[in-house]
Amino acid sequence: MASETTAGAIPTSAGEEQGIWGYSRAQFVALIVLAGILVVGPYFLYPVFLMKLLCFALFACAFNLLIGYVGLLSFGHAAYFGMGGYIAGYTAKAWGFTPEVAILAGAAIAAAQGAVFGWIAIRRQGIYFAMITLAMAQMVYFFCVQAPFTGGEDGIQAIPRGHLFGLIDLHDDMAMYWFVAAVFLIGFLLVHRIIHSPYGQVLKAIRENEPRATSLGYRTDDYKLVAFILSAMLAGVAGGVKSLVFGIATLTDVHWSMSGEVVLMTLVGGLGTVFGPVIGAAVIVAMQNYLAEMGAWVTVIQGGIFVICVLAFRRGIIGEIANLLRVKL
Amino acid sequence: MGEVSRRSVVAGAAGIAALPLARARAQGQSTIKIGVLGDQSGTYRDLGGPGSVVCVKQAIEEFGAQGFAVEVLDADHQNKPDVAVTIARQWFDRDGVDMITDGTTSSVALALNQLVKEKNKVMLNSGAATSDLTGAQCTANTIHWTYDTWMLAHSTGAAMVRAGGDSWFFITADYAFGHALERDTSEFVKQAGGRVLGQVRTPFPGTTDFSSFLLQAQSSRAKVIGLANAGADTTNCIKQAAEFGLTRRGVKLAGLLVFITDVHALGLQTAQGLVLTETFYWDLNDRTRAFTSRVRSKMPNQSPPSMVQAGVYSATLHYLKAVKEMGAAAAKASGAEAVARMKAMPTDDDAFGPGSIRADGRCLHPAYLFEVKAPNESRGAYDYYKLLQTTPADEAFRPMNQGGCPLVRS
Repeated sequence: MASETTAGAIPTSAGEEQGIWGYSRAQFVALIVLAGILVVGPYFLYPVFLMKLLCFALFACAFNLLIGYVGLLSFGHAAYFGMGGYIAGYTAKAWGFTPEVAILAGAAIAAAQGAVFGWIAIRRQGIYFAMITLAMAQMVYFFCVQAPFTGGEDGIQAIPRGHLFGLIDLHDDMAMYWFVAAVFLIGFLLVHRIIHSPYGQVLKAIRENEPRATSLGYRTDDYKLVAFILSAMLAGVAGGVKSLVFGIATLTDVHWSMSGEVVLMTLVGGLGTVFGPVIGAAVIVAMQNYLAEMGAWVTVIQGGIFVICVLAFRRGIIGEIANLLRVKL
Repeated sequence: MGEVSRRSVVAGAAGIAALPLARARAQGQSTIKIGVLGDQSGTYRDLGGPGSVVCVKQAIEEFGAQGFAVEVLDADHQNKPDVAVTIARQWFDRDGVDMITDGTTSSVALALNQLVKEKNKVMLNSGAATSDLTGAQCTANTIHWTYDTWMLAHSTGAAMVRAGGDSWFFITADYAFGHALERDTSEFVKQAGGRVLGQVRTPFPGTTDFSSFLLQAQSSRAKVIGLANAGADTTNCIKQAAEFGLTRRGVKLAGLLVFITDVHALGLQTAQGLVLTETFYWDLNDRTRAFTSRVRSKMPNQSPPSMVQAGVYSATLHYLKAVKEMGAAAAKASGAEAVARMKAMPTDDDAFGPGSIRADGRCLHPAYLFEVKAPNESRGAYDYYKLLQTTPADEAFRPMNQGGCPLVRS
C-alpha cells in the first residue's frame, strides 16, 4: 500500500470537507436527522421492524462502499452477509459466545472470505468482476446447503440473543434495538470516515480513472482489495446482527437474490451517496413488510418502483434530493 | 315525580356512557384473531396461499357464532423466515393474534415454532414438511396437522412394496433433506420386504437435466424409481421420465414430496402412473366431496382444496371448538392451554374424518397411497387419483418414542 504521505498529498475537493467533524453542513444536518429518527423511531414504529431495517441499511452501506466509491459492482455480497449471520448464529448458539463476540466472529470470517474472493475478483473489471463475485457467492451458497453446521434448508434456529458483554439482557426488544442502533451508527460512521479519509480519496481517484491513479504511483489493486475486505466485513457485521435479532440464520441470506436486493436498495436510495443506501434499504424493507398483506403484489410493486427509479430518478432518491438542493449527501 | 325522573335521567346517562365502554371491553376480550401466514407469491402459492385463507374463513363460517367473534388476518411470508418472523411478531405484539396457521416451508415453520413458544400463542402448521416440528423441536404450542416427511416416506415406501413395487432405485437431491428422505424410505422398503438396487445423487440446487440419472435408474431394472427430491427437481424428473417413456415400460415413479397442485401443473399426460402419498384428496369419500362442494366456488380458480388447505380448514375448526369449550378469554391468555385442550379432544370434520392429536403435537389420520390416472381414465377436471393403499392413522406417523420430542420424555 502507498505510504501515508503520498495518500495525504491528494487535495481534498473544495469546500466539502471543511464542515463540522469532516462533514459538510448538509451532511451534518442529515446526520442529526438520522440520529433523531434512530432515537424516536422505536416509539412510533415496531422495534423489530426497525432493527431489520437497520441491518439491511448497514448491509447496503457496506455494498455502497464498493460500488459507490470504488466503482466495483459486486454481485455476490450475500455471501458475506449470510456467512456473517451463520457464523454469529452458530457461535452464539453452539459455543455460547456473547453477542458482541459472535458478531465479531461473523465479521472476521466474512472479512477473511472477502480477502480471498476479493484477491481473485479485483483482477478483472466491469461485468467480469461481477460474474466472478457471483460465482464465488454461489460456491458459498452450495457450501451452506451442504455443510452440517448451517442446518441446510432448515437453517440455524433458536439462536439466543444472549447478554451483551455478559451483562445486559438483550431479550427485551428495546434493549436489542439500542444495541442494533449503536452497531449501525458505528458502521455508518466508519463508512463515512473511510470515504472521507485520504485512503477514500484514492479510492475515488481509482473509480474516476484507474490508469491515471496507477500512473500517479498508487498500487490500485491493494487499495481495491482493502476496500473489498472492509465492505465484506461490514456486510458480515450486518448479517451477524440480523441473525441475532431474529434468532435464525437461513439460506435466504446467502441466496443470490439477496445480492440482487442489496443492489436494488443502493440504486433506489442513490449510488455513491452516504445516506442513499439507508433510505433505499428503508424503502425496500418497508415494502416487504407493509405490503406483505397484499400477497403476490409485493414483488410486482417492487419491480414497478425499480423501473420508475431507473427511468425517473437516475440518481436514486437521495441523489435526486441532493441534486435539487445542490448539496452533497 | 321530579326526583324520580332526575334520578332515572342520571342513571340513564351513566348507562349510556358505560355502554360503549362495556362493549369495547367485551370485544377486546372475546375476539379470537387468526393469522394465515403462507406463501402467496412463490412456489407454494397454489398449495397453500390464498386458498388457505379461503379455507380458514370457511371453517369460521361453518363454526358459526358461538359467543365470541373471530377475525382473520393474512400475509405473504415470501418464503423468507425473517419476513415471516417479523410479521408474526407484529401480529402477536401489536394486533393480538392468537393463532397462526398454514406456515408452508420448513425453515419458516421452524422459525415460527420458536417464536410462538416464546409468546405462548398457537401454531397449527399444515404446510411444512419437516418432521422435526413434532420431533426434536416440538413445543407445547404447536400442532403439526397434515403431513410430514416421515409419513410420506413410510407410506410411499411400505405401501408401495405391498402394492407390488418391491425393487427400488433412488434419484436423490444431494443435500440433507434428500438424504433423509432416501434413508427413511429405503428403510421402510427393506422392512416391508423390498430391495433397494441403488441410488444416484444429483447436485442441488440447479440440476435441470436428469436424463443420465434416469437412464442409470432404468438400467438398474428396478420396478420403482423413488424421487427423493422436491419442487422443480421432482417435476423435471417426472417430465423427463415421461419423455423417455419410462412409465410406459412399466416402471413406476414414486414421488416422495409431490402434491396435487404439482400433478395439475404437469398434466395427466406427463404425470400418469406417478405414485404419491397424501392425507386428503377431494374425491376420496362422501364427506370430502361434501366439504369440497361447499368451499370450491370460493377457491381461487375454483380448484378443489389441496391437502394443505384442507388441513388449514380442519385445524381451524378444531381450534375454534377448543376455544368454545375453554372460553375465549382463557384461550387468548395461554396458547399452551388451548393446544392442551385441542389434544384432549378428538378431532372430527369432513375433510379428514375422525382423528386425534398426540402429546407431541402430531395430528393423526390415515395416509393414502395414490396413483395418478391416465388421461383416458379421468372423468373431468381434477379427477386425478386412484387409491392404491390406505395406511391406518395409528401406523401412518412416526411412533412417538422415536421422535425425540422433549414433551414426551418428561
